[in-house]
Amino acid sequence: MTIPHPAGYRVPPEGTHPPLLSPGYRSTVLRSPSQPLVVLPHRLTEVTGPLLTGDIGPRDHDLTAQHAGEPQGQRIVVFGQVRDSDGRAVPDTLVEVWQANAAGRYHHARDNWPAPLDPNFTGGGRVVTDAGGNYTFTTIKPGAYPWGNHHNAWRPAHIHFSLFGRAFPQRLVTQMYFPDDPLFAQDPIFNSVPDEKARRRMVSTFDLDATRPEWALAYRFDIVLRGREQTPFEEPHE
Amino acid sequence: MSELLTPSQTVGPFLSLGLTWPTGHLVVPEGTPGAVLVSGVLYDGAGDPVTDGIVETWQADADGRFDHPDDPRGASGSGFAGFGRSATDEDGRYRVLTVKPGPVGDGQAPHIDVSVFARGLLDRVVTRIYFPDEAAANATDPLLASLPPERAATLVAQPAGDGVLRFDIRLQGAGETVFLLV
Ligand SMILES: [Fe+3]
Repeated sequence: MTIPHPAGYRVPPEGTHPPLLSPGYRSTVLRSPSQPLVVLPHRLTEVTGPLLTGDIGPRDHDLTAQHAGEPQGQRIVVFGQVRDSDGRAVPDTLVEVWQANAAGRYHHARDNWPAPLDPNFTGGGRVVTDAGGNYTFTTIKPGAYPWGNHHNAWRPAHIHFSLFGRAFPQRLVTQMYFPDDPLFAQDPIFNSVPDEKARRRMVSTFDLDATRPEWALAYRFDIVLRGREQTPFEEPHE
Repeated sequence: MSELLTPSQTVGPFLSLGLTWPTGHLVVPEGTPGAVLVSGVLYDGAGDPVTDGIVETWQADADGRFDHPDDPRGASGSGFAGFGRSATDEDGRYRVLTVKPGPVGDGQAPHIDVSVFARGLLDRVVTRIYFPDEAAANATDPLLASLPPERAATLVAQPAGDGVLRFDIRLQGAGETVFLLV
């Protein structure tokens, strides 16, 4: 049996993703390939991908409920929809997050700047999207932190996101930012995305309607993964 | 309708808070007959090990099948997840215990797709692992055959003892691994 070449995933538009060599972000200088990338046509290994839905604990979606007490900071709900670029929801896909605490410090052995740790906050979470591609986390708003990349360098407050989608080309790691952060202009990681409109798609929106009264503010962060060049199978027409 | 994509950003130095799973490196359980340990060091352009990276693998099962609905032969139903994930350790080393994938039947040699994430990588880099005992299949593999021999060699793992394959990943410079645009 000969296996037909499957329909691949569309190439991301120019300016969407950062160039691997972005010297303003110093660590890219020795870690970016110097040879041009070799185009790999999408075959079976690329139109498939890990479908990971297992092993989610009952408190994995609530980063404020993983310890004996409540963490310090502003409690927030972060929610959104994962879609592909054709507007189709991406259901049953793993979303992983990690973040600093309210003071801007990570619960990590290598983060030792003089901001307090919070015994009630680890900062890691995961959920699987529902049938409509929706996810929700409860957490606290992370603080900004200094990082030594250049004089007086501070990362804007952010939550790291990791997504799988349904196929290998949809794999995405990104960062969610908060509206109107005064630190955007000096941050080479945020600004490594060439297209200004694309940068804004990493900024969540405050959503008063989703805010939980007497409990938590809410931020919406929709995430768009690559879509397919054409549908793989002919759908029956009505 | 075409929506605009969410951009990629680096995992940063503290990815282990979100991405490390205790058994992430076990594509197959320990003790699986025929299992192979794929291991290597992730190097930067100065030849120093990258100690805060993560390596992910994606592959077909030993029969060359995927348990995924978009496999045109149908999902294998085997429950073989095919995914491995290993943070690099203080020596820059990753380890994934897996089985050699079978040929998928479209003229490609057996291979594993690899994503590498790290601080300083604003997007993942993607490469492939091929197998040293597949000389004939490797010789006609469309990707390997399209590369100069010394570049193709960076994609073939090296035997490193019983049930162990070594696959180092060099992000930049001498012996730079071939990275793929997917
Ligand atoms: Fe961070």
